[in-house]
Amino acid sequence: MLAFIVRRLITIIPLLILISIVSFIVIELPPGDWVETRVQQLKLAGATVDDTEIQRLNSQYGLDKPAYQRYFRWVTNMLQGDFGYSFQWNQPVSEILIERVPRTMLIAVLSLIVSWLISTPIGILSAIKQYSWIDYLGTFISFIGLATPGFLLALILAYGALNILGFSPLGLNSIEMIDAPMSIAKLVDLAKHLVLPLIIVGLTGTGVTIRVLRANLLDELKKQYVITARAKGLTEYQLLMKYPVRMAINPLISTIGGILPALIGGEQLVSIVLSLDTTGPVLLRAAIAQDTYLVGGIVMILSTLALFGSLLSDIALASMDPRIRFGGTSK
Amino acid sequence: MSTPSIPMPSTGPAAVEKEDRTFYATQWQLIWWKFRKHKLAVVSSVLLVLLYLSAIVADFVAPYGAQQRFEGQQQQPPTVIYWMHKGSFYGPHVYPTKRKSDPKTFKFIFMPDESKPMPIRFFVRGEPYQMLGLIKSDIHLIGTGNEKGAPPLFLFGTDRLGRDIFSRSFFASRISLSIPFLGIILTFIIGLTLGGISGYFGGILDEIIQRIIDFIQSVPTIPLWIALASALPREWSTEKTFLAITVILSIVGWTGLARVTRGKLLQLREEDYTLAAQCAGASEARIIFRHLLPGFTSHLIVSLTNAVPASILGETALSFIGLGMQPPAVSWGVLLQDAQNLVAIAQQPWLMIPSLFVILTGLLFSFIGDGLRDAADPYTR
Repeated sequence: MLAFIVRRLITIIPLLILISIVSFIVIELPPGDWVETRVQQLKLAGATVDDTEIQRLNSQYGLDKPAYQRYFRWVTNMLQGDFGYSFQWNQPVSEILIERVPRTMLIAVLSLIVSWLISTPIGILSAIKQYSWIDYLGTFISFIGLATPGFLLALILAYGALNILGFSPLGLNSIEMIDAPMSIAKLVDLAKHLVLPLIIVGLTGTGVTIRVLRANLLDELKKQYVITARAKGLTEYQLLMKYPVRMAINPLISTIGGILPALIGGEQLVSIVLSLDTTGPVLLRAAIAQDTYLVGGIVMILSTLALFGSLLSDIALASMDPRIRFGGTSK
Repeated sequence: MSTPSIPMPSTGPAAVEKEDRTFYATQWQLIWWKFRKHKLAVVSSVLLVLLYLSAIVADFVAPYGAQQRFEGQQQQPPTVIYWMHKGSFYGPHVYPTKRKSDPKTFKFIFMPDESKPMPIRFFVRGEPYQMLGLIKSDIHLIGTGNEKGAPPLFLFGTDRLGRDIFSRSFFASRISLSIPFLGIILTFIIGLTLGGISGYFGGILDEIIQRIIDFIQSVPTIPLWIALASALPREWSTEKTFLAITVILSIVGWTGLARVTRGKLLQLREEDYTLAAQCAGASEARIIFRHLLPGFTSHLIVSLTNAVPASILGETALSFIGLGMQPPAVSWGVLLQDAQNLVAIAQQPWLMIPSLFVILTGLLFSFIGDGLRDAADPYTR
């Protein structure tokens, strides 16, 4: 097991390097450079900016050096927790990330769980009751999940919530609760505001999971051991839960690697529509204002987290399935 | 087959004919026969063709121009269509409306004037147009005509500048539906080349390309799209932005195709006919393009169909948040920009109607992809 984890950790290193290169390109791409913008901003604020200050900023971010040296400077800074400075927020990028990224991840992970809670029963039922109404319901949900972008769904459902329930689903907390100290009432309020985003973001994964689970379970149910177990007199429920479902449920974990990036990405758009205080609105505003270090930082950190998510899912899968652990192919 | 000496197990002449048919059919015929059985996919294909046709002849389908403004008709809800006039059947017609301001909420309310009915007709004369710069006409599919005082027909309502959303939705489909087409060409070139190199030559190149695919598939694409799209200069022309958006979306879209290409090449490379071709002295290019490629073209089409909805949704999402196509260009995402905040849609819910086009197109492509996936391998049952 340890050997597997180590092997998997090593394969992640080149991917991390690739991510950092892409994020760096994102930082360098917009025309003009960061210090110019910063100097202009300081001048607008009435501060006098002399040449030594410009020099200092230039050398701090290595802007007087060639691109590859700037890249190494940026990476070493980042490894020490310095992601650069956001002129839009007047704050180090790392502080903004610490505040916003956990919320994005919380929503992404919770919506993954929500999507499992929805898709597992539907997936199992649509396999054992093939071509029944629940099977068609599952197919319907998966097609909607595939075809409807979350941000459109967010618009439609938010309109519904506002008009039918009279509840404004904007933000993570109601306006009167934002500055209130942590309390049960505030948590309830937060939970209410989370329902919509979790369902919407989760729907991305729900469709895929239902289809994979259904297909796998259908394959398993055809196998001989199911007949053997039935012949031995197991009840249908025991029979189903004990073997075929356990086998078919593996993909729930193995698809995390594919679904988590989509969930994190979808969360950005949904949080822009519902103005949740996560990375989404920050990313959009930073992208429009070309607050490049902030944009690069968000891209870097979200990609890294998605990568570690799929790493964790691989480890979980390996601990459940010895065939993967010992490096054999599962075929 | 008519000789009685050969025993035919329980098959009538009709079944024999059917068997014969499958023996002599080409691969594409088999695929077509199998695809035809998937009713949902067939219906979806027909609808999709109609959607594309309506995008091409948008000038004709739309009652009004994409930028035509109706003064005094801003933010008007979808026009109510009446059938009965003064208690008797009149046919579909509309009434002219007068805009008033609600004294309490300051919202516009539109009061119909029920004395002057105006029938809705097909093939009416309206705003002159020049379709695709070629055909000059002023006939529109549906409308109320251009007589003086004829109340306009806003099937989906109007936006804050008084433009007809129904008309704009069809003009928007020109950009929204052609993005995937251009994207497909790019996706095809990148995916096929890299997947082909990876699968046929293997070795270190394969390893590198596979890692890059791993990387692209494990990274959340939307933040990356947002970051890349924000670097596009605002002053670019519509055509330039369109091309750039297509490129940005394709950077991510090719991986599925490359994976399929590689997998199929690895499998087909071991087939006997490849060995035979090699022994006969065929060049590598000939083997790839003449012998291997035709073997999995149908699979390529499937994975392309699956890549299409993603690029439509990508363009819509980017334009929606204001980083993609910019007005005055119209795409579905641009139309939905107006519906961006909850306050706007609470008062003018009809601004969300263009989203139905996006959802419908996505669904149609998914259904077709589903049907094609079943048909792609006609030899398995």
